[in-house]
Amino acid sequence: MPTEIGTKVVTARFGNEEAKTLAGYEKTGGYSSLRKALAMRPDDIVNEVKASNLRGRGGAGFSTGTKWGFVPKDAKQVHLVCNADESEPGTCKDRELMYWDPHLLIEGMIMSAHALKAVHNYIYIRGEMMREYAVLQKAVDEAYARGYLGKNILGTGLEVQLTVHRGAGAYICGEETALLNSLEGLRGQPRLKPPFPAVKGLFGNPTIVNNVETLMNVPFIIDKGGAWFNGLGTGRSGGTRIVCVSGHITKPGVFELPMGITFNQIINDVCGGVWKGNKVKAVIPGGVSMPPLDADELDVPCEFDALQTDERIKNVMVRPGQQFDLGGGRALKTMAGSGGIVVMDHTSDIPKYVWRIMKFFAHESCGQCTPCREGTGWLEKVSKRVADGNGKATDLELLASIAHGIAGNTICALGDAAAWPMLGFLTKFRPDFEAAIAKAKKGEAAA
Amino acid sequence: MSLEFSADAQKKIAALCERYTVSGTKQPVVMAALHLAQKEFGHLSDDALRLVASTLSLPYAHVYGVATFYTMYRRDPSGKTTIRMCTNISCMMRGGYEVLAAFEQKLGVNVKTGGTSSNKAFTLIEEECIAACANAPCAVVGTRYFLDITTDQVGKIIAELESHPSPESEVV
Ligand SMILES: Cc1cc2nc3c(=O)[nH]c(=O)nc-3n(C[C@H](O)[C@H](O)[C@H](O)COP(=O)(O)O)c2cc1C
Ligand code: SF4
Ligand code: FES
Repeated sequence: MPTEIGTKVVTARFGNEEAKTLAGYEKTGGYSSLRKALAMRPDDIVNEVKASNLRGRGGAGFSTGTKWGFVPKDAKQVHLVCNADESEPGTCKDRELMYWDPHLLIEGMIMSAHALKAVHNYIYIRGEMMREYAVLQKAVDEAYARGYLGKNILGTGLEVQLTVHRGAGAYICGEETALLNSLEGLRGQPRLKPPFPAVKGLFGNPTIVNNVETLMNVPFIIDKGGAWFNGLGTGRSGGTRIVCVSGHITKPGVFELPMGITFNQIINDVCGGVWKGNKVKAVIPGGVSMPPLDADELDVPCEFDALQTDERIKNVMVRPGQQFDLGGGRALKTMAGSGGIVVMDHTSDIPKYVWRIMKFFAHESCGQCTPCREGTGWLEKVSKRVADGNGKATDLELLASIAHGIAGNTICALGDAAAWPMLGFLTKFRPDFEAAIAKAKKGEAAA
Repeated sequence: MSLEFSADAQKKIAALCERYTVSGTKQPVVMAALHLAQKEFGHLSDDALRLVASTLSLPYAHVYGVATFYTMYRRDPSGKTTIRMCTNISCMMRGGYEVLAAFEQKLGVNVKTGGTSSNKAFTLIEEECIAACANAPCAVVGTRYFLDITTDQVGKIIAELESHPSPESEVV
């Protein structure tokens, strides 16, 4: 049965200081299914995760079990890497998850490592997260001392090693191949795919990269079964959904919610409505990389497939009359992304917010691909002059053509991450940009 | 001037060298070694980079390339305490730029020209999203977070950090 508002699975220990310690974690049921997992055959765990319909919580929403299945059967050495680089603007769940429940991540990683037959495993934690690093490292040390990690865990003969690797400031290292380069001690620049990490990743070995929240769901799948987990969700998405709600909202926060909940329910029933009694204008559904929703599109569920296909969401356009093509004529609506929901009220200065988003991408481009390096710089520059009231009549077409020139033409998805919201905001809030430019013209005429 | 790692840092680096399974290179430890060097020497001078290179048997150019890619590595001396103030979307929407301006004014610095106060007590950085968006606007100072900051709290935050400086050095 789908969950109701208030059901907590992954966030059940939030607010419980004691649960951060190994003893406190065990007291609340932690590590109780670890023996069960270690007694299972690795393939049976993979199948259970497939049946659970667990989908990646890092951004793409890819089926976790399917991804695990890509590891070649004859691999000599496999690695599991947890992506704890969380830095997509609007997203603040992984940091809280690690802070409140570090052992749940460790337990999920031990089980997943067993499923993948991975011995040497890593958590790549964002450099700025020093407090969370300290919490996590302490938990890892405790788990080693207790025999949950190491050479012969719980006397099973299995070896699972876990090392916490600190980043040092670079959004791009959240992209999985940049992350692997960074783990190898290189500059954090993405690699060309294929080969995909599941085939050739860290140190050339098959490697599975999973998000913090994704891995924290695994102990519940082992404990209660894939079918149970799938039943918590809706459609092809199992489990609950953790969202981070920020912006112009009465009660911002990190909330674990039913997968099928709509944006209007999140805003009104969970978060006490738009702040100051204002009306909603726009909602970013999953981190700033994702095209926005407008006020008429908020009865759509915050679920992976719905956000990509629901008829109620308008298609992103390159320019009026020309639909954006994801390839093969597929339309782009939006995506569930990282769960970072940013609510913008009716007083919002959309061109200014868009400039801030473009400034971010220009700053974070790693510079390898010309369309991304040059394009994000131009998007920042042109969106800035539009926002500042110095825009030209031709600037909207210029922004659209720059964004269109980036999308699909780069090594990694950061290019798309800049282009999609640019086109999405232009599609749905064109009058706001036109008004900013009209204001500029008026100023010119008066001068 | 040639530098040396403390015994503690040397021990940490040696232990980390055992944690990465690739044979014949200590390259994966370069990020941790740079963090340690920055903690011990304050910033990553050419000498500090040379020390990391020789400790890990890596070419200087490689270490330099890594040190200049990541924003947290500092090539120049900075203030004792680093304040990272977020101005990204969620923080901007709730006054992040106003709080940043209040920090600049109280510290007498400009983030665009370095952000280090004249008494070298503070470095202020305009940061991208620090993953605390639900408590915007916010700042991170080492292991401490300052959440839901209003402009009138800025003076108090600075005073507090003056009496407990540089929480960053607690962690490496
Ligand atoms: C520019 C960019 C930044 C990303 N940042 C993150 C991140 O901070 N955390 C994360 O889990 N995934 C991030 N991703 C997605 C990862 O590449 C990868 O898909 C994910 O970690 C896979 O884990 P999952 O299947 O469990 O979601 C990013 C992707 C791109 C293109
Ligand atoms: S798309 Fe941008 S961030 Fe990604 S590899 Fe190319 S230049 Fe680097
Ligand atoms: S936008 Fe400021 S913390 Fe995320």
